Amino acid sequence: MTGLMLFMRRIWPQLMTLAVIVGLISIMFPGFFQISIANGRLYGSPIDILNRGAPVALLAIGMTLVIATRGIDLSVGAVMAICGAVSAWGITEGYGLAATLAMALAAGLACGLWNGILVAVLGIQPIVATLILMVAGRGIAQLITEGAILTFNHEGLIFFGSGSLLTIPTPVIIGVVTGAIVTLIVRRSALGMLIEAIGINLRASTLAGVNTRVLLIAVYMTSGLCAALAGIIAAADIRGADANNAGLWLELDAILAVVIGGTSLLGGRFSLVASMIGALIIQAVNTGILLSGFPPEFNLIIKAVIILIILVLQSPTMRTVLVFFSREPAGASDKDKETVAP
Amino acid sequence: MPQSDNQPLLRARGLRKVFPGTIALDGVDFWLEAGEVHALLGENGAGKSTLIKCLTGAYRRDGGDILLNGDMIDPKGTIDAQAYGIGTVYQEVNLLPNLTVAENLCLGHQPTRFGMISTRAMNRRAREVLSQFGLDIDVARSLASYSVAVQQVIAIARAVTLSGKVLILDEPTASLDSHEVDLVFGVVRSLRERGLGIIFISHFLDQIFEITDRVTVLRNGRLVGTEATRDIDRVRLVNLMLGRELEQEVRSHGKTHAAAGEPRLTFTGFGRKGSIEPFDLSIRPGEVVGIAGLLGSGRTETAEVLFGVAAHDSGEARRGDGTALRLTSPREAIAAGFGFCPEDRKTDGVIADLTVRENIALALQARIGWMRRIPAREQRAMANDYIRKLDIRTPDAEKPVGLLSGGNQQKVMLARWLVTNPSFLILDEPTRGIDVGAHAEIIRLIEDLCAQGMSLLVISSELDELVAYSHRVIVVRDRHHVAELAGGDITTDNMVRAIAAPEREAIN
Repeated sequence: MTGLMLFMRRIWPQLMTLAVIVGLISIMFPGFFQISIANGRLYGSPIDILNRGAPVALLAIGMTLVIATRGIDLSVGAVMAICGAVSAWGITEGYGLAATLAMALAAGLACGLWNGILVAVLGIQPIVATLILMVAGRGIAQLITEGAILTFNHEGLIFFGSGSLLTIPTPVIIGVVTGAIVTLIVRRSALGMLIEAIGINLRASTLAGVNTRVLLIAVYMTSGLCAALAGIIAAADIRGADANNAGLWLELDAILAVVIGGTSLLGGRFSLVASMIGALIIQAVNTGILLSGFPPEFNLIIKAVIILIILVLQSPTMRTVLVFFSREPAGASDKDKETVAP
Repeated sequence: MPQSDNQPLLRARGLRKVFPGTIALDGVDFWLEAGEVHALLGENGAGKSTLIKCLTGAYRRDGGDILLNGDMIDPKGTIDAQAYGIGTVYQEVNLLPNLTVAENLCLGHQPTRFGMISTRAMNRRAREVLSQFGLDIDVARSLASYSVAVQQVIAIARAVTLSGKVLILDEPTASLDSHEVDLVFGVVRSLRERGLGIIFISHFLDQIFEITDRVTVLRNGRLVGTEATRDIDRVRLVNLMLGRELEQEVRSHGKTHAAAGEPRLTFTGFGRKGSIEPFDLSIRPGEVVGIAGLLGSGRTETAEVLFGVAAHDSGEARRGDGTALRLTSPREAIAAGFGFCPEDRKTDGVIADLTVRENIALALQARIGWMRRIPAREQRAMANDYIRKLDIRTPDAEKPVGLLSGGNQQKVMLARWLVTNPSFLILDEPTRGIDVGAHAEIIRLIEDLCAQGMSLLVISSELDELVAYSHRVIVVRDRHHVAELAGGDITTDNMVRAIAAPEREAIN
């Protein structure tokens, strides 16, 4: 079987889910697929899903790697707030765009390094280790913004939130490019396999000579970097840094995206593309609920129900039922189970 | 000594339990009298814990009967077994350390008053129970504030009050010092006098001889024998456990004596506090050094100290040319050309969800670094090469290794190290839990590697295996390297004697 076929097979459930949700929305809202170009930028609901989904998709990239090592990173929402605050502060202090972006990304890397050291060197459980920064991070962001919403009007920085390049919104480009780069690095080097090995069996990996400590720190730093990008986009989008609300609860959306993407929370085999599709599924649900005109107070409930349905459909029990009714030979369905962990 | 003129207290007939790939219990008969302490002995994988779990219903048995006082019983789980009167105490105290002693004793059976738990009645009852065990402690304090020995006695007290006919003690003394062992043994003796049947599992031979009335030895899922403790001596007991008969056919050593010449590696005063006492070891190219000893004697610890899994805190390692080696982590050991196939393949060896190919490539990939990925084609070639060479039974190299049988997993582990072309390979129980065919192949492989000039350190509880391929055998007991046998002295007889010897004496 070729690599492409295996890849398609891996992301097939996520693609189907996305297609079904988009289909449902377009039934309820016939104008869904209308796309127009205005001021050199694409507009329309599908573009909106991509654009709004970009921050969570970025978080999901780092989160996938962390979860593949059998960890979790609860701090990404708070890291978004920190990095948004750093970029707003940098630009209002007049450091220039390049220096500001560098500082924001460095702040994300530093946050990842902190998490990585807690997990890999001190051996603290990831959920506890990253909880520290999840709580403290917003405090740090508030210190940077000095408790206020730090607004700015720098066109260069705003471009990262609402600008566009070749008619495509900048956040979409950042998300796709980051996803492509990380996927290439992880799959073209041996990183992917080593990360999976760590997630499946840390001790056996150490005994095989895998530098587990360094790899774990690198993975948390990647997550921090992705959160920094998402934080810059979020701040640029609203032209200000809101320490309290930037990225609020987005760590949960990112984790959910990874789960919908079929990467097991128990670590091991992962797919970055599937996680990013997972992020789009979540955003499609959000957008769809808004478009369909339900009273807004129903939104969270409807979202929860839809997510529940998706997860039930992807669960091993459901898979067994589906395999039972499918005509595929038993061997093929076995393989499915291995590559698409719940 | 109890008489067996009437029904034994607990009896297992033809007990059978099959796991995928292995037969864990193969028609085992076992009987326990009231008022006796009955030792259950055997190496890892012999079937002790499977037997216990079948008796208590934690596992569903695949065949055989369990009789309590002559009546057929069929416990569905540990709670069910308790209702029949069979209680179990495990090595790690499985009570709740943050609750009080009284709460632990009465958990699930708290005395109530108007529907509320009556703490006073509970404490009174707990004190009564513990006084029968000679413990006079404050039952309102949390369990964690007492020593492990006291916790162990409380666990026993709970098991006895809840069940009261049969008590199973699974390595209750493993983490106790000798004074604490006395405390627990005092309790065990008083329970024996009260007429309980007690099954006692321990690796410490001294304790077996001190407390038990009879011993049953299991090996590879089969019953080896049941004998009265006073009629058996250490040498015979070790023989039963490791599977040797006393009459020893002296093997002619087919192996070469090429193992002369300069040592490749020299370890002096190498050791780690609390795991293995400092030892000296040198090993030549093309030499197989065997390590013999019982479970927990320090044989695996020796391997782990050498490979840097548990870094040594004394001594030094040098190459043949005198250069010093740093061996404080597996990575450093691998860089020095070491390889290590651990005893527990499942937890320490294979990465179950990765494919055969990835598992084979892992150590080499880790050594050359993540940036230079071994190209997929090369990985496949490497994997297919070793699948053929070692006759690994798998449909293809892309099968997750966890789905292979134990013997094939072991071969994948060997392949992982062989592709790194090590000069010194440590094998911990390379033939444990694998079928006869794969067994012979792995022994042949060991001999081949040694003929190619690799140095091997092989730990095994199969003594005749060690006789077959070792140039030297080191015997480990109580965390010491106690004897070294070479050449014609390598007989299972000599090994058994060195393993069993109660005094520390070199025997050659």
